[in-house]
Order: sequence, then structure tokens, then C-alpha cells
Amino acid sequence: MKRYSAFAIAREAMRDHSGWKRAWEKAQPKARYDVIIIGAGGHGLATAYYLGKNFGITNVAVLEKGWLGGGNTGRNTTIIRSNYLQDPSAAIYEKARSLYETLSQDLNYNIMFSPRGVIMLAQTEHEVRGYKRTAQANALQGVTTEFISPERVKEIVPIIRLDGPRYPVLGGLWQERGGTARHDAVAWGYARACSAMGMDIIQQCEVTGIKSENGKVVGVQTSKGDIGCSKLGIVVAGHSGVMADKAGFRLPIESVALQALVSEPIKPCMDVVVMANTVHGYMSQSDKGEMVIGGGADGYNNYTQRGSFHHIEETVRALVETFPMISRLKMLRQWGGIVDMTGDRSPIISPTPLDGCFINCGWGTGGFKAIPGSGWAMAELMARGQHGPLSAEFGLDRFRQGRFVDESVAAGVAH
Amino acid sequence: MSTRLNTGGHRIDRSAPVTFSFNGKTLKGYRGDTLASALLANDQMMLGRSFKYHRPRGLVASGAEEPNALLGVGEDGRFEPNQRATTQEVFNGLVSTSQNHWPSLEFDIGEINSKLSRFFPAGFYYKTFMWPRSFWKHVFEPVIRQSAGLGKAPQDADADTYEHYYHFCDVLVIGGGIAGLAAALAAASGGAKVTLLEQGPMLGGRTLVDEDPALAAEIAGMVATLQAMENVRILTRCMGAGVYDHGYVLGYERLTDHLDAKDGPRHRLWRIRAGQVVTATGAIERPLSFAGNDVPGVMLASAVRDYLVDYGVSVGDRTVVVTNNDDAYLTAIKLVEAGLTVPAILDAREGGAGALGTLAEAKGIRVLKGHGIAKVKGRKRVTGVAVCRQTGEGAVTEEIACDAVAMSGGWSPVVHLWSHCGGKLLWDTDQAMFRPDATRPPRGSDGEAFVRVAGIANGVMDLDAVLDDAVAQGLAAAQAVGQAGTTPADLPALTARDDRPTEPVWLMPASAKRDLRAKAWLDYQNDVKVTDVQLAAQEGYESVEHAKRYTTLGMATDQGKLSNINGLAILSGALDTPIPQVGTTTFRPPYTPISMGSIAGEARGETFQPLRRTPMHAWHEANGAVFEPVGHWRRPYTYLRAGEDKHAAVEREIIQTRNALGLLDASTLGKLIVKGPDAGRFMDMMYTNMMSNLKPGKCRYGLMCSENGFLMDDGVVAKWDEDTYLCHTTTGGADRIHAHMEEWLQTEWWDWDVWVVNATEQYGQIAVVGPQARTVLEKLGATGVSNEDFPFMTFQDHVLAGIQARVYRISFSGELSYEIAVPAGQALALWQALLDAGAEFNVMPYGTEALHVMRAEKGFIMIGDETDGTVIPQDLGLNWAISKKKEDFIGKRAQLRDDMARPDRWKLVGLETLNGSTLPDGAYAVAAGTNANGQRNVEGRVTSTYHSPTLRRGIAMGLVLNGPDRMGETIQFNKVDGTTIPTKIVDPVFYDKEGTKNV
Repeated sequence: MKRYSAFAIAREAMRDHSGWKRAWEKAQPKARYDVIIIGAGGHGLATAYYLGKNFGITNVAVLEKGWLGGGNTGRNTTIIRSNYLQDPSAAIYEKARSLYETLSQDLNYNIMFSPRGVIMLAQTEHEVRGYKRTAQANALQGVTTEFISPERVKEIVPIIRLDGPRYPVLGGLWQERGGTARHDAVAWGYARACSAMGMDIIQQCEVTGIKSENGKVVGVQTSKGDIGCSKLGIVVAGHSGVMADKAGFRLPIESVALQALVSEPIKPCMDVVVMANTVHGYMSQSDKGEMVIGGGADGYNNYTQRGSFHHIEETVRALVETFPMISRLKMLRQWGGIVDMTGDRSPIISPTPLDGCFINCGWGTGGFKAIPGSGWAMAELMARGQHGPLSAEFGLDRFRQGRFVDESVAAGVAH
Repeated sequence: MSTRLNTGGHRIDRSAPVTFSFNGKTLKGYRGDTLASALLANDQMMLGRSFKYHRPRGLVASGAEEPNALLGVGEDGRFEPNQRATTQEVFNGLVSTSQNHWPSLEFDIGEINSKLSRFFPAGFYYKTFMWPRSFWKHVFEPVIRQSAGLGKAPQDADADTYEHYYHFCDVLVIGGGIAGLAAALAAASGGAKVTLLEQGPMLGGRTLVDEDPALAAEIAGMVATLQAMENVRILTRCMGAGVYDHGYVLGYERLTDHLDAKDGPRHRLWRIRAGQVVTATGAIERPLSFAGNDVPGVMLASAVRDYLVDYGVSVGDRTVVVTNNDDAYLTAIKLVEAGLTVPAILDAREGGAGALGTLAEAKGIRVLKGHGIAKVKGRKRVTGVAVCRQTGEGAVTEEIACDAVAMSGGWSPVVHLWSHCGGKLLWDTDQAMFRPDATRPPRGSDGEAFVRVAGIANGVMDLDAVLDDAVAQGLAAAQAVGQAGTTPADLPALTARDDRPTEPVWLMPASAKRDLRAKAWLDYQNDVKVTDVQLAAQEGYESVEHAKRYTTLGMATDQGKLSNINGLAILSGALDTPIPQVGTTTFRPPYTPISMGSIAGEARGETFQPLRRTPMHAWHEANGAVFEPVGHWRRPYTYLRAGEDKHAAVEREIIQTRNALGLLDASTLGKLIVKGPDAGRFMDMMYTNMMSNLKPGKCRYGLMCSENGFLMDDGVVAKWDEDTYLCHTTTGGADRIHAHMEEWLQTEWWDWDVWVVNATEQYGQIAVVGPQARTVLEKLGATGVSNEDFPFMTFQDHVLAGIQARVYRISFSGELSYEIAVPAGQALALWQALLDAGAEFNVMPYGTEALHVMRAEKGFIMIGDETDGTVIPQDLGLNWAISKKKEDFIGKRAQLRDDMARPDRWKLVGLETLNGSTLPDGAYAVAAGTNANGQRNVEGRVTSTYHSPTLRRGIAMGLVLNGPDRMGETIQFNKVDGTTIPTKIVDPVFYDKEGTKNV
């Protein structure tokens, strides 16, 4: 892998950039691999990367139906935070957040992690108590957060309106080392690093069937032919139910559309991420200057990557109320992605009823922030065949046992 | 220079001058001008700076596709950044400023980026700025952010208002050009309800620019016919913004943006439900990719023509036309006819043009066939072009002095609206364009197409065929909604031009060397050049989505209206893959950006959400209430008296209620009536308790669980009669529980004879609480209300102060308490009567905080405090409320699961700090050691914590590991500063354990 640096750019500038190599190699499938990952989104690529980096497993193929990073990795609002309530959640999201801190350097690809800080606004007495509880939990979980006053909120976000007539801001949960990153770059950086380790990233390769013998996975059927493997990881987010069906099991997952939108770009006016759960919306400003806005998921199941406009209305309304100055900005683009929701709003990282087949899904509306931690934990599970501490509470068995990791109390809105 | 001509300009009214300003200069225009045409008329060609390199940029287009001329318009509460000069009409007093430069438009320090552009190729930022690590946040990112962005952020709240309209029609036609008009006429002819949207102020479209001026009268005739039809509605300045599933279409109407006086709503968002949609949105001309195609003065040929014909504005004195098709010849001809100079037409095609070519040459215009532009001269304004052979590498054959260039790379149909909801495209090789594939349309729930495309937008470029196509689509749309029509009579006769075919030219010259390619812009606003897309391909960003995201091609505010096809073709060339296989990026709404204000509509400030008020709301307001939002309700948190803070007020309310008498406005509590022969059966499924065996007249406290067994709501159920139950829910839970009940009834037990009605707002409900409660009831006329005659957990009807009331003897405070329900309209009168009757006991109302403290003193749980979606009734010691006799209830099966029956679940206890202080909200009890993830072990948490004025100390409820077995034990609660608070585990009932008060 040719290293990226300012020096390399200067050198290439002198020869018209003719020396830049492919970020990842174009690969055709081999007959078999030790590990196949289905899904070249952030979670799938991160899983492959940590299989190689942490366990030396590099005979790996990552199969992608479309283009890598083209699902929810390339559609989300790029928020990174770990101020979760329940211990297992805080552990994996904080692991992810801390990996994000050094991910640019680890991958030699600038994923632009910007620890600009995340505020979750408290706008009812109930929310105040909830976030105070989260701050209490975080203090014991090694996650640095703080419940701050309205005045402090205003200091951090000057464009906010504190005293809206309906839901005045009563405080906020502040995570200073939360922030954003460049979503595409996360997928591209992982892909480049995986490719450099000799892994095959195979795009335009749709998995049409999963092959097993005696209850054990032996390979997959794809649009590019059959490929054998010893272990299989399914990491396909919104289409997890479809892929699980091919592997012969069912998931407690519903797929729904989640939408987001951006404004036209403007000069910097907001340096942090603000989430307003009572009114249902969140906003940050991208480095390009666009206000990046998201809200709640649609209320019905859907695979179309479109959503209903009334959700956009609800979200924009909430944010115009919170940030009146955005009323005269214009919505440039809206889009949707399909998110995989579990009953307790926590992910699934788990062995499956099919021996050798593992699944990582259920990240719902907030998977981007988890990518490095999710890949780390999934790699550990796949390499060792058993849970490490990060994924121990996220097995499929929890639904049968009623051992939920319920985050809905702490995150009333999509994120 | 660009200037206003003495004649021409059918859109402007020369008798109505308009004064406006640009960058502080006062300028003149005419009514009907766009800001763009008026600025050009004042020789203001350069209007902004590009995003990345801060290069000087002028107008390229004349419509919604304009990427460069984005201005700040207005001031203070009416300031709006990034307004397209091409779609903003001028009005008196319009203030406009250019953007993205420092210190000035003419001299911009940021332009140094342009000089260094070789160091800033596509995606350079992914390869650097990584060390030292902290520099990204503190140095690199702030610098990048300052240099990026476009307009300034508005500082003030919006001074305007916005509104939403609902609209229904059989056929919605989008686009008021000749195709749209014809389609509308055809669709409306059989009586179908037709609505036509036109984004601009005028109907008629390009025909008025390009065709015989005599056609104007015929178009006016079509418009007049439509306007005379009762089943037709025409909206101008209303853009079709987005097409969604089920025929849902957004119309974005700009009501006052063009007016001097800004009265009334600024924008109106039309939420249209259409049976069929016909888009007649025309086409957008493509630029050509040659070096220096971004220099101010290089414009689309059609735009040069528009400014000339529509506004009487000449873009330059000497305009070189460069093209790969015949249409641009029309620009040259019209310029010459207006007395302007066209030094040459450079036609990349060896064969040149058809009839228009002959006409141009007859007018004395020099035509160079097989030629193109090697390079544009000039920096802030075109000064000339270097001409070359199209087939070569760019060897200059001659230089031509000029101050404008009109370019045309062919036309791309506007397929956005077709594509928003899943319509697919096909590549038309002959015409070098993507056009709608009628075999793969957006389909409705019936599987049939609900969007059709008419005219040029449909790839029908021959003028004589446009009307036929439009009529056919209009008729088909009408037919699809069951309203057959007929071909309209008297449509204008259009004749096809004898054009030679467009020949694709994706790079000019075809084998341009790198130094030329590196100056050939694809995306003007985002500064994406031919070499950038080629670099993306070289680095493996081969998917069109990867190339887009890596280079930012098409991600600017014009969303690639000019750049996408050209960029795609370059990518296709670099990958040696045919264009249709490379594919397009996704078209997403809106077609052009729409204001956030219009999306939010009327829902701002007080009307942001419906505000629900109880019948006593005004009384509360007049009597010191401090409100808190609870769902859409506002409830008094407490009632402040002079000199009191909230804390003191709450204490006063509690002490007075416990000692004598308090009133609570309980009207917000959910009141769901469940009725029907199967009501008992249904109630037994909904609640964990047995409800069917309740006797009429009796009340029972009930619990509701989710499918997963977790406690979701609680409240008192009263059995009104044999098949009628009143379910009290929490204030916040009423709508949710109603929906929950309906979901089960509609999806699982649809055959049960049960109805649920949410009667919350039908009743005002007042809790009369305290030792004097009975006395007050009696004072108001109730008889037979002794503890024996009217026992706890029953209800009776009484007439109180002349008002028919249903009185529930229930208590959430531990005191003697009656909740009195009366028709909402009489609640205030009863409230007043209670206040009068209670005056001798110093009665006072209390708010939600006093309610919370009193219930905590009594050890009653609160949904949302003691529960959080992870708590089952068994955790709260509520096993007594779970029927063992019932075969099933919602949540029963879930509660049998391993984890639910785990003996070491955290259970409800009372908590008392050793020093009497109040525990912090949400505090956790720490245990020794850490878990496998390095997190501190915990053994419990606070669920409710208050200072109790009754007990004069802090009290709390919490869930603690094996809590009920550890009474008297001291555990440590953590504070966020890391210190701990020793706390004793106690019984959760702090007050009146024996229940002596509620008698």
C-alpha cells in the first residue's frame, strides 16, 4: 500500500498525479476463503479489517451486492457518540469512539473524525432526569459526559433558541469527545487497508444462496459463482432478514426507512452536534457547510430507501423551532436508508443456528458511530468462535431469554 | 460588455423600472427582470467565487440549473443566502450581495487555492491532514470549514410566515411550457380535475424564445382556454418539488419573493395527492468541457438566447458560439439579428449543421466545422478564445477576440421528477441523452404507472412530435383516472427543424492534453474538473456513486443539473465502459432547494405542536402556575405565590394538602372507554390483573405490559356497567395506550365485539385531596359519602354544586381523596365551587411536583420513573396485581422467560441517605470491582428522589440487587464527582404505612 501523506501529494503533483494507485484492488472471487463477509459496508469492512489486524486472518473475501459503502454507511448523518445508558451499549460504543480517535492514523486514510462534541437537549423534566441518570451511568462506565445548564448549552451553540414557547431547553447531556466523521471515507479507508492485507473486496457480487452441509456453513452462491468458506459473516443491515432467510433462520428484526436531509452549504455557524429528542430532530454542520439533519424513522416496514415526506416535515419543523435561523436556509437533498430495528434497539452480534455462520445486524438508526467497535467485536467472535466481552450481551439468545439491552429509554429518537 | 438593448425583452415591462442593489451599488432593472438579467444589464458578469478554488464565476445559465450566481438576498430577518440570481425576480429595494470571498468579490485571498490547485486534486484531503492528530480538530478542519461553505448563515429569526395547502386532483401536470399546456388541455377535455404547475412566472416555456413570435398569441389562446375551464387550476411560480409514493407530490409556491411588499405568507407548500402525474419539464442544455469553460462570460447558448429574447440583454458584444448540435446556431442567428457580433460558430461536427447552418451562413456568420475551443482567454471575463481542431490535442489554429462564449453540448431531459419515486431511465444513443424508460415507470399500489412524461422531457426533441406526445400523455393520464378526453382542437402547428444530429462531445478537443483537461470544468460550483473524475477512476472509485462522492461532482446546490452527464461520460471514457453501464446517481427530491420555512409551515412557536389545555388552564395561568410540558399538555408544575421560589411553593402545597385540603387538576389523565360484549375478555388481555370479575361501581388499580413483558402503563380501571370500563392511563400514555389497544383489536382480535374511545378531553377531572375532602364534598351537596357508604376504590354519581358528577374514591397521595369527573364544559365551575367550599380549610391547588413527592412518600410507583422499558411488575413488588388465574394476558408469556425469572433482578426498595440529604437523580449504587469491559460494577440505582417536606429529609425509591432482602443495609451511591453517599435500604412506603389517613 502506497502511503498517503502531504509529501506524497506534493510528489504526485509534480507528475500530474499519475502515480496514484487504486485505493483497493479489483478482485475476482477465488474458489474458497477462510472467511467470507457478506456486505461491504462499514461494519463488514471493519470486521474484515480487525480479523486481519487482530487475528492475522487475511484469507478473507468481502462480498458486496452494489458498491462498497453504499448502504447505510453512505447515507447516515455521521454522528459519533457513546453516551449510552446501559453498560453493554456504553462499552461497545465507547470502544468504537475511542478507535475513531486514531482511525485516520491507523488506516492512513483521513476519515476526518471531528470530536467537536455532542449535546443531547433536555426539554422536559422527565428528560432532565433521564440525562442526569445517563451522566451518572457514564461516569461509572468510563464515558466522559456531563449534564450542563441551559446557559452552557447556549455558550456552546449560539444559534440555539433556549426559550421556545413550547419546549424550553432545560439543560443537556454533553459529550465533548463525541462528534462526526466523513462517512464514505470510513468505508474507503477500511477497504483500502483490507485490500492491502491481501483481502478481496468483490463488488457487484450478490449472494443468492448460502450453502451448508450437516448444519455447517460451507460457502455461498453468488452472481459471480459459488465460493467456499469455513466461516461466514452476515453484515447486511437493512437486508439482514433476507439474508438470514437464505441461511435458514429468522431474526427479530424489522426493516424501516430512516430519512435524512441537508441544507445548502453556508459558512460555519455551529461547531457541535445537537440532538433534540423531545421535538425529534438532530443537526450538525458538515465541513462543506451543509446543515445535516435527521429525525425519526418511518412507522411502517419498507425496503425502498425512500420515506414519507411527513417525516421530513416533522424533523424540519422541530429544528426550525430549535434553531429559528435555519428557516431561511433551503433543503438541498433528502434521502432514505433502510435500517434494521430490534425490539430493544440494541444490535445483534451473534453466532447463528447455522454452524460457522455469524451475524452482525440490528444497529437500527445509529450504526455508523459503532463501526470500529462493531467490527472489532465481530472479528473477535468470528475468530474465536465465542463472544468476547464487548459482544457478550448482544447475542441472539437474549431475545429468547428476555435479557434485553433496552436503549429506547435513553434515545427516544433515531440517531 | 453585457448591457440592455434598446429593444426586445418580452418578459420585462420597460415602463416599470425597479431599483435594487448589488454589493452596495444601486442599480436599475425592470419589472419582470430576474436578478440575473438585471445584473447582466448593468454589466455585472462576475457574481461569485467557486467553492474550492475561489475562482471568479459568472452566470452560466438562465434558470434553476444555475450553479454559480448564488447571492445573499435581503437583510436581517429576511436575509437568505445562496439565492439563485436566475430565479429571483427583482423588486424595489432588493438588496443582494455576492458570497464566498474575502475581502471582496474582485479580490479574494482564497483564490490562492486556484494557483495551488495542482496540490488540491480530487480527494486530496483523504490523503493528508492526519498528523499531528489533534491538528484536524484545531487547525485543519477550521481552516477548511472557513474556506468552504457558500453564503453567510442568517443571524435572525425569519420575519416571514409560511403555509401548507392540501390539494387533490385527477391529473397533475408539471411544467407550463407548450407540452405541459397541451397535456393539460388533453387531460382536462373529458372533465378530469387538472392542476398545472409552472415554476416560473410565465407560461409558454422555450417556445416563446425559440419559435416564431407569432406563436405567442396561440400560446396565449391555449392558456385562456385552460383558464376558462372550471376543472383546471393553474399555478405559476410553483415548482413541482418532489414526487413520492402513492401519487403524493410537493408543490413549492413562492408567493412574495418577487414583490416589493412582503404581505402574507412567503411560501406555500402544496401537498398534492394526484391520480396521475404528467411531467413536462423540458430539458437542460449541457456545457462543453474545454479549458477555461468557467471563465465569466462563458454561458450556455440557450441562456445567452434567453437573456436576449426574454429580457433584451446582450451578454457580450462579440459572442463566439461553440456547439455540437444545431440548436446553438439559433443563438448566433438571434444575436446577429439583434445587431450583435458573432465572430464565429465553432461546430465540433465535421458535417456542420442543417438548415440553421445554412441560415447562419446566409446571415454572414463564419462557421468553422470540426472545430472547437482549445482554451478560453481571460480571468475575470472572457477576452478571447483559442480555436483548435476538435479531433486533435488542442493545437491552436487561430485566436478570436470576444467577450462572451455561448456553448452547447446538447440537451438533457429533466427526468428528476420521473426518477424521484423509482422511474428508470434508458440511454438514447442517437440523441446522446438519458430519457425516461416508459416500460419501467413509478408504479402505484395497483401496479400501474402513475407518472408519465411529455414532450422534450420525454426525449421527444422534434418540435412537431412534441405536441403529439404531450396530447397522448395527457389523454393517457386522464384515461388512467377514468376520464376519457379528446384531442384538443386548435393546437399550434409546429414544424420540425431540419437539424443534423447532435454528436456527443465529452471533451474538447477530443484528445486534450492534461494541461487543458485540468482546466476543463465539469462541476462549476464544486470545482470538479475532467482530471478529477479521471483521477477517481484511476484510484478505483469506479462506481458512479464513488466517483461522485470522491470528487464531489454533482453534490453542489445545483445537484449536478449541468455537470452530471458530462462527468458520467468522462468516467465512462476513463473506465472504457459504456455510459448506460456506468449508470446515474440517484435523483432525490427536491428538484431545486426549497426553504426550510416552507417545510415547517405554520407550525412555529406557540403553534409548533397542538397545545392541549384543560378546562382550568386559564385559571392556572391567572394564579401563578409554572407550567411543564407533558406530551402536548401543559400541566402546572406548581403555583407560585409572591416571594416564593418553586421549591417553597411545592413544600407549601404538600403540607397544606396533607394537613387539610388540596386540589389537583387531573383532567390530563387518560380516560379510555372500553365497551362491548367482549370488553371483559379484552380487558383481561390488556391488563395483568383480572378485570372481568370487577363488579360495576368498583375500581381496580391495573397494570399493562408490553408484549415483551415490561411494564408500560398503569392506572385505575372503573367498571361503569357490565360491558363498559373506564381505563385511566398516565397523561403521557393516553394516545399511546389507545393506539396499543386499537392495534391489538384491529390485528389480532378483529372479531371481538369491543370498541375503544379516547374520552380524555370529554371530562374535566379534579382530585380533591386531604383530610377535609369529604367535608367539602358534603358542603357541595353530596350525601352518603362516609367511609362505609362510599368506600375506597369505588365510584358514585353525585350532584355537586348543581353539576352532575361521577366521583371516584381513589388516591395517589395516601390521603383521603376523591377524583371528580364532570363534562369538560362544567369543570371550571366545579373547580371554582371547590375552591369556595374549601376556603375555610385554606384550600389550594397543587401541581405535578407535589403530586410526585406525595406519591413517592407513599411508595407509589410512577411510570417513566420507576419504569424505563426494562422493568417488569415483579421488580416493583407488584406481583399482587398479576393474575395467576388468567390463561393469558399481554406479556405473560414473555415474563416466563429465563431472564425475567432470574432471582437476582434488581427490585424496588426505599432509600434513605444516612445524613438525610437528597440523593442525586439517577445515581447508581456501586459495588466492588469492574466488569469484563472495565466498567465499574453496580448493584442498584435511584429511580425517584425528592426532598420530603412531610418527613423533612431526602427520600428515594430505587431498584437494588436483592433489595427487599437487604432491609437496613447501607450501600453506597455514587456521585458524578466520584464520591459516594452512604444510604440505607428501607421500606418504600415512607408515609402512613398503616393507611390511617385514607379513611
